[in-house]
Amino acid sequence: MSRVWVDLVYLIAAVLFILGLKGLTHPRTAVRGNLMGAVGMLLAVLVTLVDKNVLGAGIFGYLLIFAGMVIGTGIGAWLAMTIRMESMPELVALFNGLGGAASFIVAGTYVAAKTTKEIPLDTSFATAASGLIGAVTLTGSLVAFGKLAEHPLMKRVPAIPNSTVTNAIVGGVTLLIALLCAISRSYDLWFWLLVLLSLGLGYCLTVSIGGADMPVVIALLNSYSGLAAAATGFVLENNVLIISGSLVGASGLILTQIMCKAMNRSLTNVLFGTLGPTGDTKDADEVYQNVKATGPDEVAMLLDVARRVVIVPGYGMAVAQAQHAVRDMANFLMEKGIEIEYGIHPVAGRMPGHMNVLLAEADIPYELLKEMDEINSSMEQTDVCLVIGANDTVNPDARQANSAIAGMPIIDADKARTCVVIKRSLSPGFAGIPNPLFAADNALMLFADGKQAVLDILAALKEG
Amino acid sequence: MFNALQLLAASDSGSSLVFGLTIFALAIFLGVEVITKIPPTLHTPLMSGSNAISGITLVGAVLATGEYPGFAKLLGFIAIVLATVNVVGGFLVTHRMLEKFKSR
Repeated sequence: MSRVWVDLVYLIAAVLFILGLKGLTHPRTAVRGNLMGAVGMLLAVLVTLVDKNVLGAGIFGYLLIFAGMVIGTGIGAWLAMTIRMESMPELVALFNGLGGAASFIVAGTYVAAKTTKEIPLDTSFATAASGLIGAVTLTGSLVAFGKLAEHPLMKRVPAIPNSTVTNAIVGGVTLLIALLCAISRSYDLWFWLLVLLSLGLGYCLTVSIGGADMPVVIALLNSYSGLAAAATGFVLENNVLIISGSLVGASGLILTQIMCKAMNRSLTNVLFGTLGPTGDTKDADEVYQNVKATGPDEVAMLLDVARRVVIVPGYGMAVAQAQHAVRDMANFLMEKGIEIEYGIHPVAGRMPGHMNVLLAEADIPYELLKEMDEINSSMEQTDVCLVIGANDTVNPDARQANSAIAGMPIIDADKARTCVVIKRSLSPGFAGIPNPLFAADNALMLFADGKQAVLDILAALKEG
Repeated sequence: MFNALQLLAASDSGSSLVFGLTIFALAIFLGVEVITKIPPTLHTPLMSGSNAISGITLVGAVLATGEYPGFAKLLGFIAIVLATVNVVGGFLVTHRMLEKFKSR
């Protein structure tokens, strides 16, 4: 098929991608949106198979293409169908990495196959960009994958000494080689040297980033995987790659921004690990002088007479596998006419929106899942706020100017009439600071495993 | 460097580069407009779904494997495998997640 027809089908595919993303603006239309995206991809691949250049490849070329697709489909489908929802961040990190790798390898094929000695300058710039971004995405994602999966290998990795300085040097050298690669224009060796350095750079940049910042890192790598595809689009002068790649690039950047805002940290702050103003950290013993402990029976009594209950889940709830128990308890309370809503902090899970997926998997209707701002506006009319496995995201110290988390948006759990916190102990969260909420006058601590505590409360409710 | 840019501006490839950059810039703005409207509830499926879309590089991999000889063909094959995992896995896992979002 001639280039014009192929390009027209690519245009249809690009439109389907955009409509597909638009479908994701509501849970009702989201499944259809995703299917539209998949159809767009199918069209783009099918029309490429009958492109006149590929048709000329002969039977061996086609065998190779189909073999690759069969292997890839098998691995992809197996990963997608067997992954647990808790492990979704790892899987997305892995997929980001594979996408980035595929992009720079495609740019590599162009380098390896070039017939002229010198290639046009714009193409050589695009090739360098693709090699740089794609390779950084690959190793960066693999490190993120290892950290998120808590792979034992990651614990044995030595920390990079003076990471800021080292990263600056590695980054500077890599950029220099990228520039040389771009302006040399006859560059087999330059390109592969650039890829090698970029692989190292991706590793260096992510290995020193802390676990709490992983949501930002995955979002950023998501963006890179798109930009790598766009750069490869410039190499091949292929518009569908440029459009799709930039859509994904934009998406990742927005999510990165949202995550940074939710943690009140700047991107440079996350990437280079410089700590924010620490202020004077309060002494934990002093803060926790007036902590009141409670038991499941008392919590059940409080819930029994409440009219409105807000549940604030943190990642600790998912670790304790308490989602299903929480749903059963909430259903029991709702049958008694008690209003139940969930307050979800943007960084409650380990990637953007992760907590919503975990609750949706437990058959909790999405209408009950409220964003932070929405739930905060009704917190003062809430009788009981039940915090399960959350800490920093409900720390009222964020409102104090001299706190280490000053300015971080929080869920106002302390503004409910009574706040019950289910937590194993008083140990600090990622921010490493004590939480005055636990000792507030209207707060009660239920020290237990999240799942067991909720089951005990439910049993007490049923008895009473 | 400056000479090179002048050369580029005068050549045909310069105009195709500008055309590509135009598309790139417009798509970025379009992406920002569409994506800021997506609620936080669906941010995880958005990431896995958009990730599948970035697997569009599969098209480039197919072209490369079909067109190029020798070592480049082999590289293209590897890229096909990686991109297909990305595409198929990405769309499937997004579908699995979205099906869980149920209404009351």
